[in-house]
Amino acid sequence: MQPSAPTSLQLGYGRTVVEMKNLIRNRQYFGFTVLFPVMMLLLFASIFTGTIDGTGVQVSQVYVAGIIGSSLMSTAFVGLAIGIATERDAGLLKRLAGTPMPKAAYFIGKIGMVLIVSVIQTTVMLVLGVSLFGVSLPRSFDAWSTFGWVFLLGVTASTLLGISAGGLIRDAKSAAAVMNLPFVALQFISGVWITVDQLPSWLVKVSQVFPLHWISRGMRSVFLPDSFKVVESGGSWQLGTAAIVLAVWCVAGFFVCVRSFRWTRG
Amino acid sequence: MTDAISLRGVHKRYGNFAAVDGVDLTVALGEIVAVLGPNGAGKTTTVEVCEGYRTRDAGEVNVLGFDPATADSAWRERVGIVLQTSGFTDELSVRETVAHFGSMYRSPRDTDEVIAAVGLTDKAGARAGSLSGGQQRRLDVAVGVVGRPELLFLDEPTTGFDPEARRHFWGLIHSLRREGTTIVLTTHYLEEAEALADRVAVMVSGKIKAIGPPATLGGRAEAAAMVRWADDDGPHELRTTEPTKVVAELAALFNGEVPELTVARPTLEDIYLQMIAMER
Repeated sequence: MQPSAPTSLQLGYGRTVVEMKNLIRNRQYFGFTVLFPVMMLLLFASIFTGTIDGTGVQVSQVYVAGIIGSSLMSTAFVGLAIGIATERDAGLLKRLAGTPMPKAAYFIGKIGMVLIVSVIQTTVMLVLGVSLFGVSLPRSFDAWSTFGWVFLLGVTASTLLGISAGGLIRDAKSAAAVMNLPFVALQFISGVWITVDQLPSWLVKVSQVFPLHWISRGMRSVFLPDSFKVVESGGSWQLGTAAIVLAVWCVAGFFVCVRSFRWTRG
Repeated sequence: MTDAISLRGVHKRYGNFAAVDGVDLTVALGEIVAVLGPNGAGKTTTVEVCEGYRTRDAGEVNVLGFDPATADSAWRERVGIVLQTSGFTDELSVRETVAHFGSMYRSPRDTDEVIAAVGLTDKAGARAGSLSGGQQRRLDVAVGVVGRPELLFLDEPTTGFDPEARRHFWGLIHSLRREGTTIVLTTHYLEEAEALADRVAVMVSGKIKAIGPPATLGGRAEAAAMVRWADDDGPHELRTTEPTKVVAELAALFNGEVPELTVARPTLEDIYLQMIAMER
């Protein structure tokens, strides 16, 4: 009897293992992915000290919460897009498309890798935050469930957008520049490095269109005391809006990546 | 249905350029067909239409009983592909790479056997990204055959091989033939086509100009031979369609051994180059 064909899930697991091996064994890339946010945190938290006026919250705590959000998006959005564009340019995608592997397995592998790396990054940030920067972990179930859905919606939206961007980028050589330029700008207008109350209101409105504003805001709502919310636009956390905006980006990302994804260069 | 591949009137245009301009080709099950032709002749496009990577503009394509443009993973299971250029996951070892691709098939070949068959046993633990060009090409071949394909496409498989690696590769192809694998390969090496192929197709400007066994392609078997010999006056040569008669006459003339006698049939390369030259 003919053995049965391997399933998408089996091969998706196999792809996840391949993605993780490739990541961990490539020291530069792994270092960049995991150490870059740590370095940024240490730099910013050392350069800028003190508390945010009227909140009693230390700036370093704000950085910790914001970087948890931005490093998640960096891995899922920037990292995936560059990785996919590079693999297409190298012909790896074309080779995979020529095998009987279900196409879904490739994406399961990418998603699995993003989830594992994001969990590692978040854990490292929280350990540093708690041990060095006075972050206290929330005790309430509500706060952790908020963390859960912000994390999952944020990773999902960023992953779908990263796959979309990977489909749209024409040339892998320019991918890092094309992806990092808007992403760095987003970090500065989404409250990661500079609290949004210091920004012109039109710039804050622009940032509210994009997922990073809501991901980092959601993380701040979990890891910063309620006294901080006066700094946020509108003077409250607005988690309902966060959920809606992220969900809309998930839907948009899904449709774009289905239409834009290409397995070959030609 | 005894044909592995059947192409009828296949056309493919890129803008105003007709890359494939009316190709008819039949490849029997178990046959090895080499496609020769200058760069830009449409070889790769034709092969990629058969592999399902490109859609044709017109014509009929049947590969293993299906239209590759709409083929599913059950069809992909039966087809092995070695592309002209394709990347690997650099940080995986040779063994991990072959095992990973093998895991995509129902009944893959043994990983270490495949690695040995392409001569990479010494490099089985090395990272794919650290291999030389020729070694990566062998890994390409390993990944192409690991799924036990019934039909194997090889697009310029031995580019970057040293002569020994090329001989080794030819041995692998012969063993695949013994297992009944149908093989379509494109190549720039005429001696490779001659060593491997049952039939050779010469493609120029999107059309197949000639197809046949390497020994008789383009009237090679009947073409004039060159008889060369030497005597006290120095070397002589005579182009003739009756070399046997000429040699018999020379033998009578010299009353025995003819000094420095050679009889040369035109090589496949001679025939090929004449064909290409006529098209230009």
